[in-house]
Amino acid sequence: MDKTYVINQNRPRAIHCSIADRSFHITNYIVLTIFLIIVLYPLIYVLSCSFSSAMAVISNRVWLWPVDITLDSYKAVFEHRLLMTGYGNALIYMAAGTCVNILLLLLCAYPLSRKDLPGRAFFTFYFIFTMFFNGGQIPNYILVNNLHMLNTRWALIIPFAFSAYNMIIVRTYFSSNIPGELLEAAQIDGCSDIKFFAGVVIPLSKPVIAVMVLFHSIGHWNGYMRALLYLNNSELYPLQLVLRDILFLANMPEEVLAQMGDSKLEEMTNVMELLKYAVIVVGSLPVLILYPFIQKYFVKGIMIGSVKG
Amino acid sequence: MMRNLNNMQETTLPNIPLRHRILNNVKRAWGLYLLLLIPVIYVFIFNYIPMYGVSIAFKRYNIKQGIIGSPWVGLYHFERFLGNSKFYEIIRNTVVLSVYNLLAEFPFSILLAIGLTHMGNKRYRKVVQMVTYAPYFLSTVVMVALISQLLNLRFGVINRLIASLGFDTINFMGQANTFRHVYVWSGVWQHVGYGAIIYISALSSVDPQIHEAAIVDGASIWRRIWNVDIPSILPTITIMLILRMGSIMGVGFEKTYLMQNATNISVSEVIETYVYRVGIIAQRPDFSFGTAIGLFQNVISLVLVIATNFISRRISDNGLW
Repeated sequence: MDKTYVINQNRPRAIHCSIADRSFHITNYIVLTIFLIIVLYPLIYVLSCSFSSAMAVISNRVWLWPVDITLDSYKAVFEHRLLMTGYGNALIYMAAGTCVNILLLLLCAYPLSRKDLPGRAFFTFYFIFTMFFNGGQIPNYILVNNLHMLNTRWALIIPFAFSAYNMIIVRTYFSSNIPGELLEAAQIDGCSDIKFFAGVVIPLSKPVIAVMVLFHSIGHWNGYMRALLYLNNSELYPLQLVLRDILFLANMPEEVLAQMGDSKLEEMTNVMELLKYAVIVVGSLPVLILYPFIQKYFVKGIMIGSVKG
Repeated sequence: MMRNLNNMQETTLPNIPLRHRILNNVKRAWGLYLLLLIPVIYVFIFNYIPMYGVSIAFKRYNIKQGIIGSPWVGLYHFERFLGNSKFYEIIRNTVVLSVYNLLAEFPFSILLAIGLTHMGNKRYRKVVQMVTYAPYFLSTVVMVALISQLLNLRFGVINRLIASLGFDTINFMGQANTFRHVYVWSGVWQHVGYGAIIYISALSSVDPQIHEAAIVDGASIWRRIWNVDIPSILPTITIMLILRMGSIMGVGFEKTYLMQNATNISVSEVIETYVYRVGIIAQRPDFSFGTAIGLFQNVISLVLVIATNFISRRISDNGLW
């Protein structure tokens, strides 16, 4: 773990703890532990329910750990065809969409980080203005429609991929991490700006690029609004929209429910409730598996962003 | 060689007319302009054209005539919205929900950051930080599903707990007067860990000598939090507040839309969901009316950001610009 993340390691501490200090530490530990439990408990509970048998969940026997462990609900959930196409679609949208995001960010942020760019103030305003004013839902919708992207995969990849806020972060990173001497040296050697950008700036900016890739990937993976607005063919749905159909519109095909046995209506709704736990887990699995590895980059990204340029 | 060139330029500069000098600079920067070309065109198409599309708020838009050809109707749609019986309700819902959200999330993030920074046990601190940060990564769909499972009237663990303590169960998701609390406190649950990070980083940059001096002077931790930590993160708090001010007139569409149902529509209908309802999924979508409402929201947000920035510059010299 890098140094910025380990907070206050050098913070001084009094040799003798006064009563006031001790009361602080005790309160602090108690409050934070309660908060830890509040955050952790729902996550464990859902996980446990998804691994418990239908009977155990319906008869309210699950409190913390799984009861009568079974994989039945997972077997049933994976029968759902759209869930798998949803995974595939989400991966496509995430990969392609993030590429568009990153390309725009880098191409825009580098020239704006150069103090010798004529018209820098104008271009900066041109891009940052988009942060404060936008067309809104319906003009955006009309635009996507006019570009004939409605109900195609392009609608989730190409439009509205520019984020002024992240551009500022990348620009700040460029102007504070690419030494000016490097540029001068390259210019003396007759290196053009484009060559310098591709050959020096990009390789030196891997940390900020990694952070941006993560920010945007998570955004693509977790969002559903754009798919809701621009798609109505369920074959093209990304995972989140499929999940929404299953979890909120109760669209569980019969072949899935049949897996779970009895088909009486009362039973059906019970089984439906039960399956939801497994669907929640399946839906958030990729992100939660990656979380321990990527979280420190997020922290880093927020740190970079908090340094005003 | 370069130095000579520079000297030459400096000595000859005054003789070159300004126009030529600018032209020279522009010529020399052609590579940078080439890089900027794609973003400029892209942002023009996907950000500025929709801004122009806002003009349909003042027109009676129909698809055949398009944005340019549709007839002007002036402020007709704004009058319709302001005169609408739902106007008051929608604005109230939006503002109450976002202000309540802001007031709940803000102090908790700051408190969590302070608590974590003053925690002696590094390993435990790391665990708490990592766990409280995790829910941020849950998608909205999963998040709302999680809430409705936990708060379910019959199977939900919260209601089971309430029932086992001998109280009446509460239909959290199926009534109007619990909607706001569920929305806000689940938001706190999800976002506090994430919100704390920026304050943790601000707190870690406080000069340790200030704390040392305070300790020597006999200040307790409580005292140091109040007189050292809080003042030193005040600029960060101000900036975060300004950034959030712009969204006072807006509540995230995704979560509200998922949590909305017939029983809570009277408190859960906010501007975004209303625009979606009248402008896109309605049987006869009213593009112009929806755009007018969106514009109304956008302009107020812009004014709020500018006003907060102005006020905070006056009071504390901190601002976005």
